[in-house]
Amino acid sequence: MKLTEETVDKMAELAKLEFNSEEKATLLGDMNKILSFMEKLNALDTEGVEPLIYMTDEINALRKDEVVQTLTHDEALKNAPKKDSDYFRVPKVLERG
Amino acid sequence: MKFEDKYEIVIGLEVHAQLQTLSKAFSADSTEFGASPNTCVSVITLGHPGTLPKLNEKVVELAVKLGLATNCQIREVNRFARKNYFYADLPKGYQISQFDTPICYDGYITIKDDAGNAKNIRLERIHLEEDAGKSIHDQDPFDSLIDLNRAGVALVEMVSRPDISSSQEAGLYLTEIRKLVRYLDVCDGNMEEGSLRCDANISVRLKGATELGTKVEVKNMNSIRNVQRAIEFEFQRQCNCLETGETIYQETRNFDAVSGETRSMRSKEMAHDYRYFPEPDLPPLIVSEAYIDKIKSELPELPEALFQKFVKQYGLPEYDAYWITEDKATVAYFLQIIKHTEDYKAAANWMMGKIRSYLNEKGLSIEKFPLGGEKIGELIALVKSGKVSNTVASENIFPALLENPIKSAAVLAEEKNLIQQSDESALSAWVDQVIAKFPEKVAEYKGGKVGLIGMFMGEVMKISGGKADPKVTTRLLKEKLDA
Repeated sequence: MKLTEETVDKMAELAKLEFNSEEKATLLGDMNKILSFMEKLNALDTEGVEPLIYMTDEINALRKDEVVQTLTHDEALKNAPKKDSDYFRVPKVLERG
Repeated sequence: MKFEDKYEIVIGLEVHAQLQTLSKAFSADSTEFGASPNTCVSVITLGHPGTLPKLNEKVVELAVKLGLATNCQIREVNRFARKNYFYADLPKGYQISQFDTPICYDGYITIKDDAGNAKNIRLERIHLEEDAGKSIHDQDPFDSLIDLNRAGVALVEMVSRPDISSSQEAGLYLTEIRKLVRYLDVCDGNMEEGSLRCDANISVRLKGATELGTKVEVKNMNSIRNVQRAIEFEFQRQCNCLETGETIYQETRNFDAVSGETRSMRSKEMAHDYRYFPEPDLPPLIVSEAYIDKIKSELPELPEALFQKFVKQYGLPEYDAYWITEDKATVAYFLQIIKHTEDYKAAANWMMGKIRSYLNEKGLSIEKFPLGGEKIGELIALVKSGKVSNTVASENIFPALLENPIKSAAVLAEEKNLIQQSDESALSAWVDQVIAKFPEKVAEYKGGKVGLIGMFMGEVMKISGGKADPKVTTRLLKEKLDA
């Protein structure tokens, strides 16, 4: 399978990222490489093999409905690139139009 | 020709209900409503690297409860899935949801119109997911403000089949859901505060057509009335499009409560691509038969069952039964009264009459009503024994009880000298007095205006201070007037 620039545009849109045409070309090359690398796996016969989702056999890992507050407000905001005394601040994210 | 004659509307509703848990779906931070911004958060909610979600057991319990109450199948093997999208109020970049294994499926909710006609609205699924945070766009010219208190709060999404065929049915369906989630203590059902939210999938087609029309999703309706308004608007808009040959786009539209119109959100018409995949951080959830049976045994009596019982067993009119079963607290109070009386209709009358107007006047809910059900039982018994009239009970003793809730109704009636006079000689004297006072009216009565009996009765009541036994008095009046 070969990726096209359209796919790169779509992935960028979904990830809310913007690239110039040079960057796109690099990305397209990289993504195609990754895909062809993964395609090697297609050589394996996976007929009847259940997809592996979980790394353990654990089931029903549940907790009681109890409140444990482990972070303070200041700690929560500490790593934010932009904030005020109450909120995280991000560039306006209104839908365009 | 009216659109209604030519076209029909097809509606499916998606209802999100915030589950009434103390902590969030996958982390232990609080779900408290109205807390200061970004105080009810944790490293899991904030999507910090290396953190692992862990499922709240209460979330499972509430979802299974709701599923059982809506006639759903409950799924044994549940997996969670990641729904991927980028938005600032979703720090992880994905919402944990359920994709191909909704915990409840294939159920239905019965709605009833005013005439009592029942219709089943099928539920395709109820699945578990987490809420996103809140973005505030109108406080700052350049930035959006993000509050993540709500991020991670447990939700169920209830998806109906496209079985709803009018705004009226949509209203009934939502009212029924709100009633149910409140009965079950699954969700507080508050649409204004957003703990119950509704999106509508709406399409229009020629009557009798078998294919569905292009569906439009309408969002942002924060009351049942607004859902109905949006549906009514869309019906007109889409019919207009069909009539004029305009294309109906499959899109998401926002409802504007001020104008009553829906508007296209005009986001690029690229279909959303959520790239669902299994959430490897949460192991599968197995819901056993035994667990389901346990929840089933703990389910409270549901409104429909109570309604049937009140009508069939207690002989209440349907209107009364419906009114009482509107919410759980009202039912609880009714049940409290009828522990102390077998006159179910009288109990209903008290609740729908004096008690309701007292609560309305004071702006109280039934939980805050100061009298216990036994007091209303005493009032009913007092009237039944013939010691006081219904009027005296409601106009004199009921207010006295509210002032003095410790005393019994009977004691208050004695103290206030309100016990009905049924002694014939005393009543006779009053009747004679009234007849003597209105000779002209007596003549009119004898001339055939028998309706005047009411006026004589009123006069006797006046003299007696409301204590005259109405039955005996009527008999005496008739005897004397007809003599």
